[in-house]
Amino acid sequence: MPLVLNEEQNMLKDAAKDFCSNNTPISQLRKLRDEKDENGFDKATWQQMVELGWAGIVVPEDFGGLGFGYMGLGVVMEECGRTLTASPLLATAAGASAILHGGSDEQKGELLPQVASGELLLTLALEETPHHNPHGVACKAEKAGSGYKVTGNKTFVLDGHVADKLVVVARTAGNPGDRDGLSLVLVDRDASGVSVTRTFMADSRNAANVEFKGAEGVLLGEEGKAADVLDKILDIGRILLAAEMLGSSQECFERTLEYLKTREQFGVPIGSFQALKHRAAQMFCEIELSKSVVLEALSALDDDSDEIAELASLAKARLNDTYNLVSSEGVQMHGGIGMTDEYDIGFFMKRARVSEHTFGNSAFHRDRYGETQGY
Amino acid sequence: MGALEEFREEARAWLEENCPASLRTPAAESEAIGGGKKQEYRNPDAKLWLDRMAERGWTAPMWPKEYGGGGLTKDQYLILQDEMIRINARSPIGGMGFSMIGPTLLDYGTEEQKLEHLPRIVSGEIRWCQGYSEPGAGSDLANVQTKCVDKGDYFEVNGQKIWTSGAQYADWIFTLVRTEPQAPKHEGISFVLIDMDQPGVTVRPIKLISGNSPFCETFFDNARVEKNNLVGQLNRGWTVGKRLLQHERSSISGLNSGGRRGRYDGMRELPDVAKEYIGLENGKLKDKDLRTSIVTNDMNQRAFGLTQKRAMAENESGGTPTFATSVFKYYGSEIGKERLELQLKAMGSQSLGWEGDEFTDEERTLTRTWLRSKASSIAGGSSEIQLNIVAKRVLGLPD
Repeated sequence: MPLVLNEEQNMLKDAAKDFCSNNTPISQLRKLRDEKDENGFDKATWQQMVELGWAGIVVPEDFGGLGFGYMGLGVVMEECGRTLTASPLLATAAGASAILHGGSDEQKGELLPQVASGELLLTLALEETPHHNPHGVACKAEKAGSGYKVTGNKTFVLDGHVADKLVVVARTAGNPGDRDGLSLVLVDRDASGVSVTRTFMADSRNAANVEFKGAEGVLLGEEGKAADVLDKILDIGRILLAAEMLGSSQECFERTLEYLKTREQFGVPIGSFQALKHRAAQMFCEIELSKSVVLEALSALDDDSDEIAELASLAKARLNDTYNLVSSEGVQMHGGIGMTDEYDIGFFMKRARVSEHTFGNSAFHRDRYGETQGY
Repeated sequence: MGALEEFREEARAWLEENCPASLRTPAAESEAIGGGKKQEYRNPDAKLWLDRMAERGWTAPMWPKEYGGGGLTKDQYLILQDEMIRINARSPIGGMGFSMIGPTLLDYGTEEQKLEHLPRIVSGEIRWCQGYSEPGAGSDLANVQTKCVDKGDYFEVNGQKIWTSGAQYADWIFTLVRTEPQAPKHEGISFVLIDMDQPGVTVRPIKLISGNSPFCETFFDNARVEKNNLVGQLNRGWTVGKRLLQHERSSISGLNSGGRRGRYDGMRELPDVAKEYIGLENGKLKDKDLRTSIVTNDMNQRAFGLTQKRAMAENESGGTPTFATSVFKYYGSEIGKERLELQLKAMGSQSLGWEGDEFTDEERTLTRTWLRSKASSIAGGSSEIQLNIVAKRVLGLPD
């Protein structure tokens, strides 16, 4: 299993780095926030990303994508993380993987080419409480004619107010907490009975609360048997988000390191103080370990390995902790200026916490990792 | 079939035929073979296994054949390791000859020195120990005071070394000595090899908190050193000594094994021990608090192993240590210590038996191993020194 990038992946990474530093610097996110942009991302920039093929990196070539694999998308996510790029890439990838792994051939043939061409934005509507709880779904779906009617409330739906279609995790049988009885229903955001309220989050990225009142949709996959597909989709989301968080952690650390070398107090650079040196060195270690788990997890997706679940939890838990550490220390080591809105370092801390709660916090993933190891 | 697969088949067949059955079990610490003239082979198969492996150069698989090594590539070496693990074959021999002075001589030794010393390490004839620390030179290693004076056709050494691991079993010692007392601290040091079989060298074991004596004090009283045993240039020994430290740190952190377990060979995995002593409830360890700590350590261990593999993959040349060594030394020893602390908690009061039949071998071994593990973040440059090195050499933070 390769823990190093091949030549093509390196080229893609370099291209993504160039693109993000030129087209989506943090100042873009700041502007979207300050102007309360209605989309929460820049449509023209997204169009450029689509033209680079990013929307279809993991979509198979048969369906109009690049078929370049998760390692490819992972290096793009990492570079997007460095500049805190606001885009529907993650949410759409999660939605598209639901179609890829749960949808019929007909659904794949119809929808995936639209994802690759950037026309169709998707997202996953899962959470119902403030804590990640994949099988705790209460939201119901009932068969009605050839489709299903969905009733219930969803929260923390990434890009929920801009996605064209929502992959709703709904219950067709059983009780909240049961693995059995979960189904995936694809619902148009514009369908009657769907009401979307955008939630403004600390990281200035997009989320929404969505209420379904008998909204009509179509089934993805088999009724009541969605748990396995859901786990897979979530693991894909966790690993891709971990890749983004890795990029953000590195950038945040490098900015802090630069500050330690230039900021002077008591007539010397503060980076000469051992109290700060040791903490910087420890962060470096955590980041080095983080790089390895993200690469291994991305490889596992591409190899369709049977270790995907444990590696997804390994990667997400580690990146939650590393990004939190690096962003908190980033603010602390910047001192007073780190507390100002004018300075960018605080953006990393805000994004770190929102990312932590997306697709499972560390307690969730440590518990799950232990389960995968049989204890 | 690719060349590597051919090698695997060949190695597998050879190991099957040549590894004695009694050496296909985990080795107790007392059974580890370090070689040298004082080594006793209580199990004659251990000597047979050593000789057979040494004959192929597989005791030092990646060293060049002209010095007795196996001449294997990195990939072949990893295959050999996998195949040994597959049949539970013990490592035929280990020690500082292999992990420290050998690699250092390959980097800095003269052709004559390589030809004289390396084959004797490979065969297990000579066992080495390390003469670095002194009573006044611990973390401040460059403060060595052991004097080495030019006597015309030989050097004469006087002084004291401390924490010389395994000195009571060793035949030769590699040392840092002061050859120019007036020069700045780092510039008057030389790296010399000393034959310990002479009246001027005395060894006294030190009893440690674990009850064992893996370390010694070594005294030099007009000890004689032939001039061809100077490694590198006179007064430039710090450079050689630092390189050796990188090899030492790689070895302590298990970097050379490419992510394979090795440091606590023969010990059961922590979760298995915890399952036995604590028990499961609904598939999870009953002690929730301890479970979280064990899972966290397990996950960090996994991430660390993957990072070792990544370092190997990034380093085409086959594991020459870089500044990353300090990262591995620091992190590896810290999670290793934590693992043993957690094992104490998991096994409860049974983990703290000192001696006697009321405790199993595993329990008594853990007590001693736990205590000994505290040295891993002190020896070879303490964790604090490793963080200093990362801050300075990797991150470029100012002095």
